[in-house]
Amino acid sequence: MLELMFWTMVHASEIIDHALGNPIPMADSAYLSTPAAIGTESVLEFTDVGLNYSTRDRPMVVIEEVSLTIQQSEFVSFVGPSGCGKTSLLRMISGLNPAYQGTVCFRGEPITKPLKNVGIAFQNPVLLPWRNTIKNVLLPLEIVQPHKHKLRQQRSHYISMAQELLGTVGLRDFQNHYPWQLSGGMRQRASLCRALIHQPEILLLDEPFAALDAFTREEMWDMLQRLWERTQCTSVLVTHDLREALFLSDTVYVMGPRPSRIVLKLSVNLPRPRSLEMCFTDEFHHMYSQLRQHIHRN
Amino acid sequence: MSRAEYLSPPQARITLSTFLKSKHAVYVLPSITTVLLFVVWELVTRLFSIPTFILPAPSVILAQIAPWGAVVAKNAWITLFTTLFGFVAALFLGVLLGFSIGYSKLANMTLYPLLIGFNTIPKVALVPLMSIWFGIGTIPAVLTAFLLAFFPIAVNVAIGLATVETEMQDVLVSLGASRFEIFQKVGFPHTLPYLFASLKVAISQAFIGSVIAETVASNGGIGYVILTASSNFNIPLAFLSLLALAVMGTVLYGVFVLAERRLVHWL
Repeated sequence: MLELMFWTMVHASEIIDHALGNPIPMADSAYLSTPAAIGTESVLEFTDVGLNYSTRDRPMVVIEEVSLTIQQSEFVSFVGPSGCGKTSLLRMISGLNPAYQGTVCFRGEPITKPLKNVGIAFQNPVLLPWRNTIKNVLLPLEIVQPHKHKLRQQRSHYISMAQELLGTVGLRDFQNHYPWQLSGGMRQRASLCRALIHQPEILLLDEPFAALDAFTREEMWDMLQRLWERTQCTSVLVTHDLREALFLSDTVYVMGPRPSRIVLKLSVNLPRPRSLEMCFTDEFHHMYSQLRQHIHRN
Repeated sequence: MSRAEYLSPPQARITLSTFLKSKHAVYVLPSITTVLLFVVWELVTRLFSIPTFILPAPSVILAQIAPWGAVVAKNAWITLFTTLFGFVAALFLGVLLGFSIGYSKLANMTLYPLLIGFNTIPKVALVPLMSIWFGIGTIPAVLTAFLLAFFPIAVNVAIGLATVETEMQDVLVSLGASRFEIFQKVGFPHTLPYLFASLKVAISQAFIGSVIAETVASNGGIGYVILTASSNFNIPLAFLSLLALAVMGTVLYGVFVLAERRLVHWL
């Protein structure tokens, strides 16, 4: 009642738009379909990207001359000292941070406003406390087309889809629990499910496991790897944890101190699926120290 | 010492703590303190033979129900309606203004200082003015109830909207949600606990407002009964009216607590 009272007054035109909103036609595909091979088609392209918070009396260049390409189904990580602008790069992809120099293109189109086909997970799981786990996971379907139009008629279909996804992260028995009844790791898993439920083309992860303990974090790597292998969605991870970056990624980019550029591009050619034992091989250690040498303080 | 004796004290403590967690404790304990209060009150007035026109004993106050019960009930009804009328008006306008202040920076900067300045004015001081503008009767009482209840509602709604986590909004923005959808899925539910917290304060404030106005500019309502009774030195009747007021206030507060528990189930 109260919502409507206020909003009809202030946003009448928007509500009309909203009511008439055109559904975007999209082919139906079975969820968690068979993985496609990592393509050579570029999905995201950064060209001479810079970020500049300079004021008249204080120059402050955060990012300079970042140019890189991310392929279809590639898993990419950004590592670097804190404050080097990793999160800003992620926000550029999501369209949440449009004020920068250069261009970021999604399938050849410059990103100017939020893309609708991305899933995001932050360090803080930000589940809605008034919704139980399954309703939190269903949230994107209430917003993203074409699911939004179909949600009411095919609710049971979507619910079983969400249950299946929760099952893959071991949360099936917790679907009716509220966030405060879940542990930190469980909340983060639910948050990942929410990021993936609408079958996004791009998955953006901003230090998703930074707040978890070391053992839970390793379990989460494994879980995320399985999810990624099943969905094959292009993923961009920002992290401080070099082992995490190596374990999960096809390509790791190391960013330098401010003003920050890409100082190293490392292709991780470990076979998949990767196991925790691989973290103890010489090859892994070699890559780890290579990454570590390139990280300098601001 | 036998084993059973040894175990008994901790068991006794466990029964008290389990009782505190049980559903009944919520109304049993306050009832006990209420009864105790009246018993002590009765004893004190009798032991020190306090004259009735200074502090009447509870038994004397309750004895007034027979001759004055109908009058008090009728006027309590008037006060209740005045209060609810002012309260509902405050609810609607408070929510509306709270939303504008919370969502629009322009509204925030232009209206908020005025609101604070206005809230600093003692509302009692406005009652004589209102009785000049609107005459003696219900309207000044409704307006005073409204003015007192309005501020906490508006401020809390604005705070509720302003404290939505940015990341929560980012999740929705990145999915391409419209401003209305963000409000519907995040802003509104996030504000509900703040709204209910303010409603509990506002309903008591509304009662204070209407009774103040009734004592100054009215010819009906509990405030008017208290004023008349005091000027006739019928102190037991004044106390009976106060009692009626306390009961109404507590009941309405309870209504909001119940509504809050149903609607804000996640806290």
